[in-house]
Amino acid sequence: MEVKELMLRLSAAVGVSGREAAAVELAARELAKLGEVRTDSLGSLICTVKPARPGKKHFMLDAHVDEIGMIVTCIEENGFLRVAPCGGFDRKLLLASQVEVHAEEGVLPGVICSIPPHLQSGEKPNPKVDEIFIDIGYDKKEAERRTAPGDMVTFHARCREMAGGYITGKALDNRSGCAAVMRAAELLAGEELDCGLSVTLTTREEINAAGAAAASFSVNPTHAITVDVSFAHTPDAKKEKCGELGKGPMIGFSPILSHEMSRTLVETAKERQIPWQVEVMGGETGTNADAIVPVRGGIRTGVVSVPQAYMHTPVEKIDPADVENTARLLAEYVKKEAAAHAEEN
Amino acid sequence: MLKRIEELCAIDGVPGREEAVAEYIYRQIAPVCERCEIDPLGNVLALKKGRNTPARRILLDAHMDEVGFIVTYITEEGRLRFSPLGGIDPRVVAGKPVFVGPRRAYGIIGTKAVHMMTAEERDKAPKIDELTIDIGAASREEAEKWVSPGDPVVFDSDFVCFGDGFIKAKALDDRAGCAVLMDIILKEELPCDTWFSFTVQEEIGGSGAKAAAYTVDPAIAISVETTTAADIAGVEEDKKVCFLGRGPVISFMDRGTIYDRELYRLALDTAEKHGIPAQPKLGVFGGNNAASLHKARGGVRPMAVSMPCRYLHTPSCVLKTEDIFATRELLFRLIGELGAL
Repeated sequence: MEVKELMLRLSAAVGVSGREAAAVELAARELAKLGEVRTDSLGSLICTVKPARPGKKHFMLDAHVDEIGMIVTCIEENGFLRVAPCGGFDRKLLLASQVEVHAEEGVLPGVICSIPPHLQSGEKPNPKVDEIFIDIGYDKKEAERRTAPGDMVTFHARCREMAGGYITGKALDNRSGCAAVMRAAELLAGEELDCGLSVTLTTREEINAAGAAAASFSVNPTHAITVDVSFAHTPDAKKEKCGELGKGPMIGFSPILSHEMSRTLVETAKERQIPWQVEVMGGETGTNADAIVPVRGGIRTGVVSVPQAYMHTPVEKIDPADVENTARLLAEYVKKEAAAHAEEN
Repeated sequence: MLKRIEELCAIDGVPGREEAVAEYIYRQIAPVCERCEIDPLGNVLALKKGRNTPARRILLDAHMDEVGFIVTYITEEGRLRFSPLGGIDPRVVAGKPVFVGPRRAYGIIGTKAVHMMTAEERDKAPKIDELTIDIGAASREEAEKWVSPGDPVVFDSDFVCFGDGFIKAKALDDRAGCAVLMDIILKEELPCDTWFSFTVQEEIGGSGAKAAAYTVDPAIAISVETTTAADIAGVEEDKKVCFLGRGPVISFMDRGTIYDRELYRLALDTAEKHGIPAQPKLGVFGGNNAASLHKARGGVRPMAVSMPCRYLHTPSCVLKTEDIFATRELLFRLIGELGAL
């Protein structure tokens, strides 16, 4: 598994929150090589890499698989579509963007309407998602024949390589995290480990993280690490609120997370000379961890984030080296913890 | 014709950097033209002989340039500052992917994540001079390996057919006009001698058209263009200006030109006579090369025939194919009518 190639493929797959099947299928084909795979009733993918053993630790490596998008809410008299957001959009990049409407019969290209400047007096605020219209080039009758309220809409974006080795595209939040946990599972699959290991690619994170809550209930791990993306610094942002691209995985510290796990992750990175950064959050993490921690009798949880610029846009930017290093960190952490556990026994 | 439009739109040609477009056009039309030359500003000027020589010399013009940007400065962090070339709505710029410079470095007009913006920042479209392009360089030195100040920037936007006969691409303004003129030159036996100009720098003031009109010295000039259609959801009926699917748009006046009244009527009458759909431009908005053409030498009678275009001056210009064919048909018929004047 080469992470850059895997990310390019995962980015191209479509999987808006609540409709993740295509992305899940693609990941399932890869993960099936590493362990038994199944999907649960909310559509999350669960792969058992090492079956849980009574009295032993059981690690769950998690990443959300859904991406932000829009959902068709109505077809106007003139055939234009109205939509609602699925996830938090950057509203300033909506106008005149090419989109894809994922209808039952296939994909319909469209353009987000932009009212010409000469018809706008004064400074107009960026429209809200429920104020825009999508032009799919059909009148109402044809539009109704081809699409329907409830169909999902994504930005048309091609995942590309940039100078400096970066890649950019849609849905890298959080297909980058998916690639990291899949790669970590691959690194661990051949190891003799005295612990259970499961990988979950969970649904609906951008809405309410219901997928992670349900999957962690089913998997019932002793320890969970969720991998998501976090803010990479750009010159217009505050340095203290961001990590940096290419400087390695961001290890999360937060009151809701297991402090011991965060510290062990840092120790592991130091011992194995894996580049790492710290991300400190004052409360909830804004990741699946918030949903995993209170499951059943409580689950010890850590967060590792891949630094990403331009989050929630069709041009999200990632350094694939950070994804590979995240995978290595997860794998080394699990090996270290499994070995420590064996010694204790 | 659609294939030609797709090929033309794929060529990068911001104002001042139209060489590749000019070469594409020149290579194809020169063999069938009596005269064909590239003038000192980069315009392609061509004379196609017809059955007769008209009493009044006719010029059909389309501009080759497209809206885009120019790199003005490279920051210490390796990010590019840029200025617009042409009237680009600042609200369609942020978050768009672009290609920069002769090596086509892939760039992102990126800002900090929406999560870190204040409510005011989320609402407000950033001004173009507040934005930067990220090409993946971490320093000025690294960026300089790929780009230099003065390099052109174009939108990354595919040519796509969609819906009921619509096309979407960058640069349809005015490569669609170029394609229509090329199609007439390459496929038609003309009723009279006709001059064609494919001009530079329309989007930044029309100096190409000024020079072309001087050199050709026509009596009548037709600007073959794309024009803003606001026939979209959320716009009142009386503000829509023109409509896709209702044929070429004939202008009586815009911000740059009051058009020749007789020629305006002739265009609408010719359309009716030949059963070609056509529509008047309902509003005094925008401008085109006619503003330069009609002021050349001792004055030139101006006319504008445009294809209605949604989302003009954005990466996603939209035309309806039947309007392109109707525009071509009307122009061909108009050459005959004008030649008989």
